[in-house]
Amino acid sequence: MTFASLSYIRTTFFLPVPAIIAFVFFAAIATGTETTTVEFEEGLSLLTQNDFDQKERGIDKIDISADPMKKKEIFTALLSDQLFYIKKDKTLVFVEEDESVYRITSVLSGIELTALKKRKLTKISLNNTLRQKINSILARQNLSHQDPQVRLAAANKLLEEPNPSIVSLLASRLTDEKDAKVKKTLSLALGLGQLKDDAPDKRLNALTNLKGSLNPSVRNALVKFIHEEQDETIKKKAEQVLRDIDSMVSFFGFAETLFFGLSMGSVLVLAAIGLAITFGVIGVINMAHGELIMIGAYTTYVIQQLMPESIGLSLFLAIPAAFIVSGLTGIVIERSVIRFLYGRPLETLLATYGLSLVLQQAVRSIFSPLNRTVITPDWMSGSLAINSIFSITINRLSIVIFCGVVFAALFLIMKKTSIGLQVRAVSQNRAMARAMGVRASRVDALTFGLGSGIAGIAGVALSQLTNVGPNLGQAYIIDSFMVVVFGGVGNLWGTMLGGLSLGIANKFIEPWAGAVLAKIIILVFIILFIQRRPQGLFPQKGRVA
Amino acid sequence: MVSILMNNKRASIIFLACLGFATVLVPILNLLVGPDNAFHIPTYTMSMLGKYLTYALLAVAVDLVWGYLGILSLGHGAFFALGGYAMGMYLMRQIGDRGVYGNPILPDFMVFLNWQELPWFWHGFQWFWFAILMAVLVPTLLSIFFGWFAFRSRVTGVYLSIITQALTFSLLLAFFRNEMGFGGNNGLTDFKDILGFSLQSDYTRASLFIASGIALAFGYLCCQYIVNSKLGRVCTAIRDSESRVQFIGYRIENFKLWVFAFSAALAGIAGALYVPQVGIINPSEFSPLNSIEIVVWVAVGGRATIYGPVIGALLVNYAKSFLTAAMPESWLFVLGAIFIVVTLFLPHGITGLLKSKKESQ
Repeated sequence: MTFASLSYIRTTFFLPVPAIIAFVFFAAIATGTETTTVEFEEGLSLLTQNDFDQKERGIDKIDISADPMKKKEIFTALLSDQLFYIKKDKTLVFVEEDESVYRITSVLSGIELTALKKRKLTKISLNNTLRQKINSILARQNLSHQDPQVRLAAANKLLEEPNPSIVSLLASRLTDEKDAKVKKTLSLALGLGQLKDDAPDKRLNALTNLKGSLNPSVRNALVKFIHEEQDETIKKKAEQVLRDIDSMVSFFGFAETLFFGLSMGSVLVLAAIGLAITFGVIGVINMAHGELIMIGAYTTYVIQQLMPESIGLSLFLAIPAAFIVSGLTGIVIERSVIRFLYGRPLETLLATYGLSLVLQQAVRSIFSPLNRTVITPDWMSGSLAINSIFSITINRLSIVIFCGVVFAALFLIMKKTSIGLQVRAVSQNRAMARAMGVRASRVDALTFGLGSGIAGIAGVALSQLTNVGPNLGQAYIIDSFMVVVFGGVGNLWGTMLGGLSLGIANKFIEPWAGAVLAKIIILVFIILFIQRRPQGLFPQKGRVA
Repeated sequence: MVSILMNNKRASIIFLACLGFATVLVPILNLLVGPDNAFHIPTYTMSMLGKYLTYALLAVAVDLVWGYLGILSLGHGAFFALGGYAMGMYLMRQIGDRGVYGNPILPDFMVFLNWQELPWFWHGFQWFWFAILMAVLVPTLLSIFFGWFAFRSRVTGVYLSIITQALTFSLLLAFFRNEMGFGGNNGLTDFKDILGFSLQSDYTRASLFIASGIALAFGYLCCQYIVNSKLGRVCTAIRDSESRVQFIGYRIENFKLWVFAFSAALAGIAGALYVPQVGIINPSEFSPLNSIEIVVWVAVGGRATIYGPVIGALLVNYAKSFLTAAMPESWLFVLGAIFIVVTLFLPHGITGLLKSKKESQ
């Protein structure tokens, strides 16, 4: 736009403004509502002016006259470039682009108007000063909103986009605020604002406010601050604060990796612990172990299909159901195949591998080769935020707890029940146990069933983490064997510690090696480890080891 | 010659005669007999038979360590695949600028990944002799490295089986990575020619078939020689009573190591012959299932007979080709059933069944 046309507009439209203001002022004394309406309309018409000063005045007018909802709507539209006016009659409209059509709504009346071509509309443009002004108006409005959630969101927004113009407002809000969370965020926002203050003691004070905050925008602001700050003592102090923050960030990063490792380790332990019973206690190489896990996962799926309206309950029912289904499958396998092969481990390995293929194909034929999704109940999704950089996802946490419970239960069965006693007796000295009246072959079957049942329970847990498909078991069989052998065959604690440490090690290698390479490194490590120490981490006591 | 075959002389002569006959007859029926003749063998069938012969050689390699040394290797597929990759790399380099991207040096997948130059381990594979050398050397060195650790620390039985499986599994994961420089998921394929002869031509195919037959005969004779030598007798003794042999004063780890390494080399040769006949090598060859299938060929044919695994490999693979085409759903059921039936009822495989029939007569 040329200067000439600009001045033309000024002369034609802007001259009467003082007169109108005078009139508005006068009218305001007369009738309240009427004045606000008039002032509001006046503000709107000022927005259509090209001059930014006029627009600013318009914004001020709208700010004092419009009702909160309307104000928010108009200013949000302004910020997101959705406020236009119709060239012909200067009517202010909201424009919503709906594919190629522009849907326009009158700001004043809220009525939807007939769609117009884009060239008949003019966008109301803003400059940075105006944007900041509108932002602070909105922030002020939200900060005094009655809902604490809205206040918190507004405070958080201020952290992301600091706005120096409302520092004083923040200070006053801070004294009124009751909600602790909002208060904390507000004080951070205030601190960020005060960092730009001219008075050194204010800046120093701001640093104290910011101390120990883990918010990423605080850290960014500090880095920038240190770069720009002239005063040496303040700079030193800021560096100190930043160092503290950094060490906390790395501590929580460490904690997060540790937790991921723990949850991955728990999955490994769950998958391996059944194997620790069948392989470790009765010495059967069960290559179909993974498929027993898969059967447990499919049991969960089936139960969920049977009762689709109560997902949470179905998950709890699935735990005993999976134990029974997988356990019975295990007992059938033991009675029909494995018992003929005791003492011939290599043949057992081959036969059970054959079984695993049959089970896989059976599932593929019954449920189709496609993956099935098992729905996670609501209370297991979501996460527990400890602070702004460290949060724990609830499903991972549940897996860790579940793993602990299963392990404890199994441990009690083995140590405290009579069947556990018999199992241990048979595994230590079969002939002697039989001489004492233990029915060894029945114990074999029950032990195998127990191990298989635990595999089924692991399947329930895995169904919450991954898709359930025919290849689910295959993915875990090698890992499970590695965990059992690494921890020391025949030792439940060894399996537990082995699984957890492998999971944690894996997660610590992952950041610099990538997921696949981390897995390979762990595998190679175990291969070498077994060769150096074939009896595993915690060897069984006795002459054999 | 006769002394090599002395133990089961009659079976060996029958086996070698059959193999020699087939190696000559199949190419003749393919090349010289017209396509409308009833005895004509299509090129596709000939390549498939050639593939079976390489499988048979692989089975012989596994039988040498499992049947005679008692080492159940669940990782021989890895040695086979490594040999195959060595050959695949040579065939890739032979493509030259006929690839989709027309780069004279870099294979297509490297151009696709935006690599600027050939990784160091791809150098030398433009020469056929180098590729063959690597197809033998790489599996051998890997097996020596692996065996040196495993046999010295006396890892035996199922432990050894499981770590061989972990070995092939970790190689599977590694070769899936694009960064490894072996074509990642897709592996190596689109081969054009070998030693200047087009891989599509019937004559090249026939030559590869004959080469596979000769390699199998060579592998058979070598294994027979080892088995019937003093070394072989020590091996059998180790299989049957490891600690006793050790207490007599033999260094069992050395015996195991060298026989294991030789077996890996045979597997590598089999892989190198396999790739040009099927035209592709990809990481799935490393999958643990493949390795364990080899063990089943041996178990079906009969352990500790060298010719038994050949029969097993041919039978099981024929059944696989037939069933996966006719009833794809049933193949895993059948394979699983073979595993179970053989271990429960046929501990000596088909040859053992025939032998016991003969003895009872």
